[in-house]
Amino acid sequence: MHHSARGVSRRRFLGYVIAGPTLVTAARWIDPRVTADAQELPSIGPQIAESYDLIDFLRDAARPTANLITVTVEEDGTVSFELHRTEVGQGISTAIAMIIAEEMDVPLTQVRITQADARPELLFNQLTGGSNSIYTLYDPVRIAAAVARQRLLDAAAVALGSAGSQLGIVDGIIRAPDGSSLGFGELARDAASTVTEEVDVEPKAERPRIVGTPQNRIDARAMVTGEMRYTADLDVPDALPTMVARPPTHLGRPVRLRNEGEVLAVPGVTHVAMVESGVAIRARTFGQCIDALQVVDVEWAPGPAAGMDDESVQSALEAAELPPLVPDAGLLDPLGLPMPVETRDFTFTFAFQPNCPLEPNPCVADVRGDRAEIWGPMKNPVVAKQDIAEALGLPQDAVTVHVVQGGGSFGRDLFWDAAREAALVSQAMGVPVRLSWTRTDDFRQGRAHPACRSSIRITRSATDIVSYAQHHTSVNTDFGHGLGEIISARVDELPGGFGGLGFSQTVFMLTQYVPYDFGPVQQLLTETLPGPGEVETNVFRTGSMRNIYSPNVVTARELAIDQIAAEVGRDPLELRLTTMRDARSRAVLEKVAEAGGWGREMPAGTAQGLGFHSEYKGRAACLIEIDCRPETVGRTVPTAQYAYTGPRVTRAIYAVDVGLTINPRGLEAQMLGGMMDGIANCLSFSLHLVDGAFAEDSWEHAYYTRQWNVPFETQVFILDSSSQPGGAGEFGVAASMAATATAYARATGTMPTSFPINHGLPLAESIAPRGTIPQSPTDGLGRR
Amino acid sequence: MPVRKLTVNGRRVEVDVEDDVRLLWVLRDVLGITGPKYGCGLSICQSCTSLVNGRAVNPCAIPVGQLRPGDEVITIEGLADAVEGDGLHPVQEVWLEQDVAQCGYCQPGQIMAAVDLIQGLLAAGRSEVTEEELDSLRNVCRCGTYPRVRAAIRRALAVMSETPVFVRGARP
Repeated sequence: MHHSARGVSRRRFLGYVIAGPTLVTAARWIDPRVTADAQELPSIGPQIAESYDLIDFLRDAARPTANLITVTVEEDGTVSFELHRTEVGQGISTAIAMIIAEEMDVPLTQVRITQADARPELLFNQLTGGSNSIYTLYDPVRIAAAVARQRLLDAAAVALGSAGSQLGIVDGIIRAPDGSSLGFGELARDAASTVTEEVDVEPKAERPRIVGTPQNRIDARAMVTGEMRYTADLDVPDALPTMVARPPTHLGRPVRLRNEGEVLAVPGVTHVAMVESGVAIRARTFGQCIDALQVVDVEWAPGPAAGMDDESVQSALEAAELPPLVPDAGLLDPLGLPMPVETRDFTFTFAFQPNCPLEPNPCVADVRGDRAEIWGPMKNPVVAKQDIAEALGLPQDAVTVHVVQGGGSFGRDLFWDAAREAALVSQAMGVPVRLSWTRTDDFRQGRAHPACRSSIRITRSATDIVSYAQHHTSVNTDFGHGLGEIISARVDELPGGFGGLGFSQTVFMLTQYVPYDFGPVQQLLTETLPGPGEVETNVFRTGSMRNIYSPNVVTARELAIDQIAAEVGRDPLELRLTTMRDARSRAVLEKVAEAGGWGREMPAGTAQGLGFHSEYKGRAACLIEIDCRPETVGRTVPTAQYAYTGPRVTRAIYAVDVGLTINPRGLEAQMLGGMMDGIANCLSFSLHLVDGAFAEDSWEHAYYTRQWNVPFETQVFILDSSSQPGGAGEFGVAASMAATATAYARATGTMPTSFPINHGLPLAESIAPRGTIPQSPTDGLGRR
Repeated sequence: MPVRKLTVNGRRVEVDVEDDVRLLWVLRDVLGITGPKYGCGLSICQSCTSLVNGRAVNPCAIPVGQLRPGDEVITIEGLADAVEGDGLHPVQEVWLEQDVAQCGYCQPGQIMAAVDLIQGLLAAGRSEVTEEELDSLRNVCRCGTYPRVRAAIRRALAVMSETPVFVRGARP
């Protein structure tokens, strides 16, 4: 197969024209000709994730149903596509529109992307996560679009009386040499088929004109004008605002509502009902729900984490950690004599982190009689539908799940906690509800990235690293969404955590590898303290958070490498470059080193740091400059009394190679956003577990990156290297978190071992007491 | 409940709602104006930021009874029509040009905060914004669009300092 940077592979595919009144096409994708290309594998001991990783796994799971994904040419000339992945800001709807526009030579504005409802027949092919969307959809969408293009050309050849080879398509108009022309809309019926037939197509061979060029988001205008409708904005008749009073401890349970009459007497309140997660209150406005949350009095049963705190969780992790195992290096010098080696151990700990987006867990539900209709930003709508049907006691096909574009996700929307809750509330009240979590509960009772620790044993001989072992021990990561449908979801919920452990291990093995030639390497995962899937032993509601294991695993590794480099007097850049396993890796690292002026003179208390991460068929490197001088760390923000300032990343430079880039502007956006996450993960963004409850109540005390933490200079370099796209949505986080950490270590002379670095500071006194939902302020007119 | 007369986006409306209900919920739940978003209800995340008499405020922290007759509320939906000329407000245009938004949820608030900041700078005859002034913006963006927000404000200020633009009610 021919490869070229930004080129398109020339090969033939099979597709379908689907029977219908207008032109509908699909791809056939269980086809050996479309299997993954042989990767450029290192000659020494390839690790599993190096050759077959999580996005391969998710893509292969999607193959059998790829033929159910269709491109439709409408009679108005629009090319429409119901996206079976969930747009949450990562830009996949724009990228998919670009792939279709490219293949069919229509303007981007003529492609309409909508969100598909939950489609159980898609099985494993409606999961949005693990940065798999573009990797999985690129070929099937391109093939279906190519079939449509070919059908339109064939129909035009007949209609225009011209040989197909003489026709050209410009901006969605098919033109013949004699100047006559027809639009797609005029051909949509002629190109349709009354029977479904298999066809052979060859995607366009010309150099792409849209793919690979920077394009703005197709939904940007709706976003900047306020026309965009998120879940809580939907106008569903009688779906009144609803909020839920929740327990004071994480995952506690309601026992009894003590003052129903008082709650119902709050102005605006229409209904109150106890459900599994708490006491739901429906009112004319959300403000009146919040009023009622001030008066509601509920007897609660404590959650399973009662009595636990950050320290006891870390102790449990330490106890669960496997003893260090040094891979047998078998090191002999050139004379065949054993070489002297030194062993160095490192341990890093990581706190719980909230995976909240800005949109606080909304869902609209209308459950009346024997049917249910649900609207929400779900990234696993099929398993959500199946689980909700079971919870409601309804057959699966009585539950309709509409996927609504989300206001961010970061892992949160992999689960359908709000949807299940809204469905149960609507059923209990017998009326439609427009449910939103409160911001405070979104932090305290929403999902958290699990606390974890990563221990590393490095063996070195002279100045070389000759073996590397990393044991990662984590609170259980809930993969209760399975592969997006109920069967694999249930595997994750087998009693005793065994099923979940198997799922976690699979994800770990398919995402983690050591990208350096360090001799024998080993990376292992242990998980403990099972999540809500294990009914008997649930302790925390956890889940993935943008990039699952990698940010922590990679940060630990890169810090340890830097430390070894410092101890043996090697330059951290040189050590990495000379041990990297392939040219693509060296290219991204060299790029940031060159663009960032690696090694330049900097004042005391400031420094540069490097981070490297390899996943999703791609390579990423980051160079960070950080300012840890006291006057910077102690700076204040006049407009924000409780601002956490701390060390300031002043410059962030990223280089990324995701193979084929569909939309450079979108990819840059993902890397910029990922860097903001990486900085926050390293320096400031966590949850504190205090006696069985998470303390953080709002963005004021959960320190995600704010403008006062943003680097003054950011640059993203995109290096294309193949004809196939990899994954991108999560790819900005790990390298930037690692680079922030290594820069901090070099600026302060102290390697940080606990993350985020500010986690040990005392909690702010202004934090809302446990079990309370703060009332909205009243000084908004006077406050700037 | 008192019937209250409000001016929202140039339109006189009557609402029947208690005095202490915050303006955000009057806009969203009573009037169906959903551009201003709920992100915290605590005057922290700023995703509901809108303009009252041309200045940025957080509707989640304004009991509707505090509005005086004659006050005009402008939400993101009314921003384009609150300045002269056809098309969008120049800040919205720059937001599109720079492709700032990702999930978009915070962007109505980001844009309104930017409009307020830029109007203040223009009123002071300024054509550049300092890092400290950009640092002072409190709007949370969980997608991390901050670098593009900063770049877009710089660009919008450059564009608008040639022909200053103020929303209705904000002209100094």
